[in-house]
Amino acid sequence: MGHRERAREFVADVDRTRWHDQALWFVRSKRDQAADLVPDWEALRDQASAIKRSALTELPELWREFEEHATAAGTVVHWARDAHEHNEIVAGLLRDRSVRHVVKSKSMLTEECGLNSYLEAEGIEVIDTDLGERIVQLRGEPPSHIVMPAIHLQRAEIGELFAKEMGSAPDLDDPTELTDVARRDLRDRFLKAEAGLTGINFAIAETGGFVVVTNEGNADLGTALPGLHIASVGLEKIIPQQKDLAPFLRLLARSATGQAITTYTSHFRGPRPRSTQELHVVIVDNGRSQLLGRPAFREALGCIRCGACLNTCPVYRRSGGHSYSATIPGPIGSVLETSRDPATHAELPHACSLCGSCTDVCPVRIPLHHQLLAWRGELALSGHHPAWRRFSLNLVAWLFVRPTMYRLLGRFARGIGRRLPPTLREDLLPAWTRQRHLPTIPKSSFRELYRERQRQPKRPRPQAQPRPRHERNG
Amino acid sequence: MRVALFVPCYIDQLRPGVGLAALDVLEAFGFDVVFPEAQTCCGQPFLTAGESRSAKSLFHHYLDVFEDFDQIVTLSGSCAATVRCQLPNHVPGSRAKAIASHTFEFCEFLVAHDVASRNLGHFPHRVGLHASCHALRELGLGTPSELRHLGRPDPARSLLSSIQGLQLVDLTRSDECCGFGGVFSVEEEAVSCRMGLDRLADHQLAGSEVITSTDISCLFQLQGLGAKSQASGAPGFEFRMLHVAELLAESLAGITSQSTATQQENGGLHGTS
Ligand code: SF4
Repeated sequence: MGHRERAREFVADVDRTRWHDQALWFVRSKRDQAADLVPDWEALRDQASAIKRSALTELPELWREFEEHATAAGTVVHWARDAHEHNEIVAGLLRDRSVRHVVKSKSMLTEECGLNSYLEAEGIEVIDTDLGERIVQLRGEPPSHIVMPAIHLQRAEIGELFAKEMGSAPDLDDPTELTDVARRDLRDRFLKAEAGLTGINFAIAETGGFVVVTNEGNADLGTALPGLHIASVGLEKIIPQQKDLAPFLRLLARSATGQAITTYTSHFRGPRPRSTQELHVVIVDNGRSQLLGRPAFREALGCIRCGACLNTCPVYRRSGGHSYSATIPGPIGSVLETSRDPATHAELPHACSLCGSCTDVCPVRIPLHHQLLAWRGELALSGHHPAWRRFSLNLVAWLFVRPTMYRLLGRFARGIGRRLPPTLREDLLPAWTRQRHLPTIPKSSFRELYRERQRQPKRPRPQAQPRPRHERNG
Repeated sequence: MRVALFVPCYIDQLRPGVGLAALDVLEAFGFDVVFPEAQTCCGQPFLTAGESRSAKSLFHHYLDVFEDFDQIVTLSGSCAATVRCQLPNHVPGSRAKAIASHTFEFCEFLVAHDVASRNLGHFPHRVGLHASCHALRELGLGTPSELRHLGRPDPARSLLSSIQGLQLVDLTRSDECCGFGGVFSVEEEAVSCRMGLDRLADHQLAGSEVITSTDISCLFQLQGLGAKSQASGAPGFEFRMLHVAELLAESLAGITSQSTATQQENGGLHGTS
């Protein structure tokens, strides 16, 4: 089942769709206000996208620099070609230290790699500590949003889940109380964990350090106690210098939730001092270097995972994250996931009306809707579009470059359309007419009427008069 | 001034009144309008469906047809955006660039020639302006709500607000997409229709009597949805849907008490029939 069918199921629940749309629109509005308050928002976007663009041209150098400085600071650096290698490296580290309990803060990369199930198969317990992630973990489903993983759920549903899983009072739906329940439940797990896993928002070549941002402080807590911290990072997440962090940190939280800054911005550089803690960083390619080799789509690697393009997307808001059946939904997901596996995700670049608002909000100026358009072209050429679709479209185009053919075809189609009984006419185009009437079909085309108009003696046409000064209002 | 009129294929075939209204308006302001009859389609439907080679053949056709004009006015923000922003990426060369850059959206053209300061007549109605995504975000006509700080002028809005008696309504979402999007409207039918219905509800809340837009394709979507939901007994959406050219022609017609050429039969000024 592709996006269309899943979206249809989502939309069928009118109330939930409205609620989902409005919840995300609210987040987008907060983004708008936050962006409005920064005088040089556009300059900041320019700066951030320039840093990313140039970093993407020198990834090998930057990572070598990172590795050198990180190693000097006592961090162990690992390289993973793909998801399997990544999972095996992490599992190996845990195995060697007989770790049975792991806490993990939010990381889309480990979602992408399917790390949780890999570790669980080894008998290692993985607890997601971000509240939203914990909720979807308990429900056994993937996150539906990259910043707000459980945005598809209403409070009452979370109350029910917690009652079942954590024994809280049934019909709890106060956000503060629900958070308290989760916090109490998580506290023990933080204490029990022998290793903390995190993602990385920004790795810094110059220092060999990295930054993790959260709103809940769960990354700090999860790495403060255990003797082992493993941080997984995608190949694209590196920036050259410490000072480059500034534009990104200013853009990220504002774009994501409209906050001026995330509640926690945690800097790591080597293991905790005066401790026996170990710090490992796993750098993962998993298809990224291939995307790097495609100039039309390369810039998508600059994504800082703020989620703004999801929040603004009229399709995402009305179809829900799960309708994309992909780790990353929404406009950026449609670009990235299609690059990863075009056959599976061939519908995603079409789940877009090309309104372009994703491109407008993207803090690093990824031309998202133009990339989706470019993907459609690629998919057609690589045989991922149905043959009949291609044939009929190209036939119409062939007729349309021939004005006489176009004129005759138009006349013929209108003639048929006007003669058919309305119900039959509608039955012929069910995808349009199930919910929409067809436009009234006129007898004559514009060009026919234009000819008539030209033949008529020049009749006086309405002449616009200059407006008296005092009446002007615009 | 001599201008070429580009009438998008769906206006030519399905709502010729828009083209006639545009002729009336342009001529009323003294433009000498030519309609090159070899024109067909700008290629957009093929481009957005992924058939770039077909789109390219139509781009070449467009360039051949409009080669000799330095002012091309099109009755769609979306087609203007395709020509101006996409065509030069597919057809290299200075000729393509030049012709593309001479292509203007109707309201953009009028405002550039100072028409907004002329007497535009009287249209005593509450009007909701449906922003065309491509006019707004590709051509940069107007300020998208997500880029408020840019404060770009919106030609359609300035024309409408110069019409006496016309009251522009405030929408909750000033520039949400109608959900048309070419093949998207049928391939992603469910989401597309939800998007359109949400727009109609917003206009209803704002008290629009007339919905107008630079793009009639958006209005086909909204009109089709409104009419069908009304027919099936759902809360009726009763709006007149007019291309800005039709609205202007109607309001200008009042000045001279001459009727404009837009008539019912031509698929011109009708509501959610
Ligand atoms: S593509 Fe841009 S807007 Fe979307 S999540 Fe990434 S950085 Fe944010």
